[in-house]
Amino acid sequence: MTSLDLAFAACGLLAVVAGLLAVTTRQVVHAALWLVVALLGVAGCLLVLGHELVALVLVLVYVGAVVVLVLFALMLTRAPIGPDLVHAVPVWRRVAAGLAGAATTALLLAALLPLAGGAVERRDIANQAIATELFGTWVWPFEALSVLLLAALIAALAVSRGPSKEVASP
Amino acid sequence: MSVLEVVVRSVAVLAAFLVFPLLVGQTEHKVMAHMQGRLGPMYAGGFHGWAQLVADGVKFAQKEDITPRAADRTIFRIAPFVALVPYLLAMAALPLQRGVVAVDVPASALLVLAATSVGALGTLMAGWASANKYALLGALRSAAQLVSYELPLVLAVASACLAAGTLRLSGVVEAWSPWWLLWQLPGAIVFLVAALAELQRPPFDMPIADAELVMGPWTEYTGLRFAFFLLAEYAGIVVFSLLFAVLYLGGWRGPLDDHIGWVWTLLKGFVIAILVIWFRVAWPRMREDQLQRMAWLFLLPLALIQLGLTGIGVVMTR
Repeated sequence: MTSLDLAFAACGLLAVVAGLLAVTTRQVVHAALWLVVALLGVAGCLLVLGHELVALVLVLVYVGAVVVLVLFALMLTRAPIGPDLVHAVPVWRRVAAGLAGAATTALLLAALLPLAGGAVERRDIANQAIATELFGTWVWPFEALSVLLLAALIAALAVSRGPSKEVASP
Repeated sequence: MSVLEVVVRSVAVLAAFLVFPLLVGQTEHKVMAHMQGRLGPMYAGGFHGWAQLVADGVKFAQKEDITPRAADRTIFRIAPFVALVPYLLAMAALPLQRGVVAVDVPASALLVLAATSVGALGTLMAGWASANKYALLGALRSAAQLVSYELPLVLAVASACLAAGTLRLSGVVEAWSPWWLLWQLPGAIVFLVAALAELQRPPFDMPIADAELVMGPWTEYTGLRFAFFLLAEYAGIVVFSLLFAVLYLGGWRGPLDDHIGWVWTLLKGFVIAILVIWFRVAWPRMREDQLQRMAWLFLLPLALIQLGLTGIGVVMTR
């Protein structure tokens, strides 16, 4: 067991535990903060594997922008301190959610475990290589995704504005 | 890298992290005072009140550490550290001279940006966990501001990195030439304004706005935890000033830069820090809608134009 193995296992464990806490906690803001920890764990895994550009972009975009936006939305609506009792759900729904999560995990493990090799090995990927892949091979999916997001954004704006009033009230 | 070297580098970064923010804070006391026709601190330490911030630190350490009863205790307690520690990481990646940097990573520009964006979470956590309406309002304003200014900031840094052809900060300095002062000028302006907003310094201190929100997200904090927030603010000024010097002013480039390059880096950073202080004295606080308007209608287009300009320049010269 090398030190890379250890570091990878530690980051992975951090991500998994924080992810579990994020979905099981009864406090919404805590869930968002556990999500930050989980994302940092994933970024740590990527760093161990040598994909530092991806890791840093993950932190910059998800922790720096997406989670800040999530926290903003939570604070703007309802984020009580202490457990959220308004949105309590019956036991059978919790069990069903747990089963669905476990089934997805089992499926992913069944698909990915046979692919796992031996020791964790570090591959230093140059930033240029990622850029070439992203803007060469994968440029069309990348652009299509951007257009999709833009369309979603404009649609959200249109929905939130509502139909325009024909006659302006004096 | 031996264990000893790691220890020496860590201690050096920690020392810089503890000394530079105090230096900037003391400069702020004195420069702001003289701009307003006052003397500023004059007694602590004897000579022109040089030990004022040390005395402040002792005062903060003596104060009672209060956690409000209604607060979310854990988050309330760890928020100052979340705000402070990322700046320590960011400072470790800033190069001072050719080969003089605590950790030279291939994408250090991104590392600094990512670290500072994590630090912003501390303010949000503090505002929410305080269970105080002023703190919550401050945190809301802070979140709105951070989301809108993150984009121009990243675009401005991306433009400088694009011009240099590398994400490594020391590589950016190597590629720098005096022409950049003109070529990257719009990007530099965007970076400076966005960095001020990211640090929530006046005129972008709407989240703290002491006249309407008491102290914003920091309202409930006392003693050392409050001092940590202040330290984080000044460490942020140091990090962003040095980053500006490295990206747009050529870092250590200057006469005799193989020997005294670190002096040039620090000097350029210090000039920017004084500029940041000057902005605080010169401009009144901006309103929330003015803030958003400025970010989306002025800074973002300017950053995109700069990105296009940089792209054209890079393609033409290579």
